[in-house]
Amino acid sequence: MKLTKTLLATTALAMTAGVAGADGHMADEMTIVSWGGAYSASQIKAYHEPYMEKTGIKIINDESSSEAVAKLRAMSEAGNVTWDLVDVEAADAIRLCDEGLALEIDPATDLAPAPDGTSAADDFGDMLVSDCFIPQIVFSTTFGYRTDQVPEGVDAPSGACDVFDLETYPGKRALNKNPIANMEWALLCDGVAYEEVYTTLETEEGQAQAFAKLDTIKADTLWWSASAEPIQWLADGEVFMASAYNGRLFSAIVEKDQPIGMAWNWQMFDLDGWVIPAGLADDRLARVKDYVMYATDTQRLADQAKYISYGPARASSAPLVSTHADLGIEMAPHMPTEPSNAENTFVNNYMWWADYRDDLDAKFQAWLAK
Amino acid sequence: MTDTTAHDNSGPVLAADGKPLKVSLARALRRQKIRALLLIAPLLLFVLITFIVPIGDMLFRSVENQIVQETLPKTVVALQEWDSEAGTVPEEPVFAALAADMKIAVAEKTHTRLGTRLNYEMNGISSLFRKSGRGVKKWDLANDGPFKDKFIALDKKWADPEVWVTIKANSPKYTPGYFLNAVDMQVSPDGIEARPENQQIYVTLFKRTLMMSLMITGSCILLGYPIAWILANLPMRQANLLMILVLLPFWTSLLVRTSAWKVLLQQQGVINDLLVWIGLVDDANRLVMINNATGTIIAMTHILLPFMILPLYSVMQTIPETYLRAAKSLGATNWTAFWRVYFPQSIPGIGAGSILVFILAIGYYITPELVGGTKGVFISNRIAFHISTSLNWGLAAALGAILLAAVLILYYAYDKIVGIDNVKLG
Amino acid sequence: MSSLPPYATTGQRIWFYAFRVICGCIFFFLIAPILTIIPLSFNAQDFFTFTPEMLKLDPDGYSLKHYRDFFSSSDWQHSFKNSLIIAPIATIVSVSLGTLAAIGLSQSHVPFRRGIMAILISPMIVPLIISATGMFFFYSTLGNWMENSLGMNKNFVGYVKVVLAHSVLGIPFVIITVTATLVGFDRSLTRAAANMGAGPVTTFFRVQMPLILPGVISGALFAFITSFDEVVVVLFVGSAAQKTLPWQMFTGLREQISPTILAVATILVVISVLLLTTLELLRRRSERLRGMSPG
Repeated sequence: MKLTKTLLATTALAMTAGVAGADGHMADEMTIVSWGGAYSASQIKAYHEPYMEKTGIKIINDESSSEAVAKLRAMSEAGNVTWDLVDVEAADAIRLCDEGLALEIDPATDLAPAPDGTSAADDFGDMLVSDCFIPQIVFSTTFGYRTDQVPEGVDAPSGACDVFDLETYPGKRALNKNPIANMEWALLCDGVAYEEVYTTLETEEGQAQAFAKLDTIKADTLWWSASAEPIQWLADGEVFMASAYNGRLFSAIVEKDQPIGMAWNWQMFDLDGWVIPAGLADDRLARVKDYVMYATDTQRLADQAKYISYGPARASSAPLVSTHADLGIEMAPHMPTEPSNAENTFVNNYMWWADYRDDLDAKFQAWLAK
Repeated sequence: MTDTTAHDNSGPVLAADGKPLKVSLARALRRQKIRALLLIAPLLLFVLITFIVPIGDMLFRSVENQIVQETLPKTVVALQEWDSEAGTVPEEPVFAALAADMKIAVAEKTHTRLGTRLNYEMNGISSLFRKSGRGVKKWDLANDGPFKDKFIALDKKWADPEVWVTIKANSPKYTPGYFLNAVDMQVSPDGIEARPENQQIYVTLFKRTLMMSLMITGSCILLGYPIAWILANLPMRQANLLMILVLLPFWTSLLVRTSAWKVLLQQQGVINDLLVWIGLVDDANRLVMINNATGTIIAMTHILLPFMILPLYSVMQTIPETYLRAAKSLGATNWTAFWRVYFPQSIPGIGAGSILVFILAIGYYITPELVGGTKGVFISNRIAFHISTSLNWGLAAALGAILLAAVLILYYAYDKIVGIDNVKLG
Repeated sequence: MSSLPPYATTGQRIWFYAFRVICGCIFFFLIAPILTIIPLSFNAQDFFTFTPEMLKLDPDGYSLKHYRDFFSSSDWQHSFKNSLIIAPIATIVSVSLGTLAAIGLSQSHVPFRRGIMAILISPMIVPLIISATGMFFFYSTLGNWMENSLGMNKNFVGYVKVVLAHSVLGIPFVIITVTATLVGFDRSLTRAAANMGAGPVTTFFRVQMPLILPGVISGALFAFITSFDEVVVVLFVGSAAQKTLPWQMFTGLREQISPTILAVATILVVISVLLLTTLELLRRRSERLRGMSPG
């Protein structure tokens, strides 16, 4: 290894020649990782900018969330965690927590209470799905359809089960290329009661039943993996109906004026939020905790909803949700959490999926490949 | 080097400096070798250290399995006494060892990581460890025994012998499990067997990757050959201008080209629109050319075509035009002249292009992911999935190792047959 | 082949023109995607769709807004700048090391030649996703060490990591092209130079280099494009400060559909045409140097 070091030193020294003593003032910097696009933009406007103004700390926005799980694990194995805070979906937060890659938090001391004094733990309630997870928004995987392709004399589709109804609504559909939500929808629309969905899915017969239901539309379904795909397909008229994240549908319908309608029934709620990487030095940890305390308080979460139609994760933020920052329209009716949107909803069952994801994923991919 | 000393009885032939010529030549040769190696050394070290060693380290994960022994050292020892085929749950000593191990693991937060690892082998172990961890945290090891019933009270899965079979089976430091999984096999109490049919996926994907890479290589030969021919037989200036057309797509971002193919090929896309407008295709029966194997083949043929054209072109440039004329003047038809005289000479070019295209195709994943739908994705897509989403790096490494082995065999065969020096990129 | 002889039969004539049509079609296949993205980059809408207005050639269907977006967005500008920093430096590293090694490899007596060649070509044949994770570990350790033991700036270390990772990926192309040029290299030229009293360094720069330059340049172009178009490794090895153009495009395609990507691609196509023309001029120059008449 001595050789390695000598070589590295030579390379490094050769490289330093070009830089004149550029050791920076790192003390007041923080790298926050998120998804990019409109979502990052909403966080920058609602959290980062006011925080930077208030404290003078510089926030660097890294758009690596899609690789976050793998990169965090690699960083921790290499002993070089360069991120201070990471935006991930709840399922990933659970995985990171299980792997010991994310820091466990204590809502009582790390999160701000609601303005009326309700404790953070109560204000977030069920949203605290993992010991490491700091919820930010509720989004949903729901359905959009082409309003100009609804057959005449038929009601517009209302939700997930219309996807399986090829007779009433012919045309292509698009679904996410992984088992989560699709398996649940298949069973729900095949007459299984919601309470029994997961116990059914644990059995071979239940899985076979779900796949049989999906088989009925397999020939007419496109599978997306990047979340921008279903929206592009809807805009092109390539598919009649597609599952997509509600915020993207909102943006296509309201901001970009496409002939797309929402079908909310049996939408699946999902959570997105922060995790703090494990193993941060004390000074960095203190800085991140201060940011988290600020950025997840009641007002900030409500502010984010001005820029994107995702519901704040705190109960106390909901009444504060106001109007769209540019368009001036009321945001509340576009929120997945608006009760009048959907008759039935369910929440991604993270714990169940943490156990069965690997197995069902293999089966789902095998099914797709057939 | 011929032996210059043997036949002369006046002693060894001397070089100018008075030393025997043989020694002198050997020294010159050695110096030449050293000089060559010195020239190669910086790059060789650079590639070895920054590439080969890290990749080897990564691939080593496919057999590495320290985690069970490290997290549950006492339990693994205690389990050695237990007969995994008896179909019974181990006795109290094993549970006491487990309690002691878990206590430490919970403090270090490694029990959940072990749960994730064992969950690859048996569904539900992940939550079993997560849940048990919370319980064990509150126990007092010295006074709270016996632990068997306490564990079963925490989660009744501890009474399932299968859990223990899984822990015992995975306790060795190295495991063939990932490699078996990568070829759709598994270890069961009865030995190695095929996975249930509804979980078999990797062999299909390997086969598909090979088949589709072959098809892509084939279509690259079909499309690349005429282009290389015309480039090689046009005057230099014209050929170079046309060459820009070949290189231009090569220089356009892969992501952008892939998106462009989506715009062109989808059912409401440009090509279908044109066909409907001309009347060749009925509006209701638009062609499905993307989100399936066809889409992957078209987009990847396009992306890899320059890698076929360039080596073909450089080989064809060296084939004298006079050979064809000679063949024809000897009475060969155009076809015979081409097939018996020109084509055999261009085979090294086809070889070089094919190996390049095939090797590059086999490892692609972004393009198949975007245009492949369900029938057009490759094994690399699963490798990427296991690395960035499921975190099952052992399996990803095993799949990668198999893929790499296939490529290396090809590379070796190619080097034997054609020689890697003969690859030219224009 | 460039033109038909006067005595060609009808069959030959038909084949001659049919062949040209076939070639024309294949050339069209090669540039069809580029022909698609150029008009789409002027789309007034935010999707990759030919709108009815565009098809009617209605000026309202077209707009320059995606170009404005590219030039005004700090994200795009930053990543463009990063690509322009990283790709050339990575190219220089792989070309200088690669050319030296290729010259070494082309000597007549190199022990373990095949093995060495296989190692040097390996970055091209290992599937990228495996390379990316493997390299991540190495470069994190390297980065740690440079920051802590050498006290270097974190940002600078980030660039070094990406540059080194990209140069490794470019090396096989340099090795392949340069060794190929050296196969035809007349070794008596270097001996003649040595005979006339030139040292090895002078011989290299004054005799050998000008002759193998075309190989070096085309290797350099391949290495450059490898880095300029690389997205998997930079996602792993780089951090926000080193976000390159392909990374920005990748996020764009995944997170928000925006024809800004197409505008960027169009700009890059224009740049490529300029670069390729330069390459062609250089090739003609080197051909003259070699004493061959330009065709």
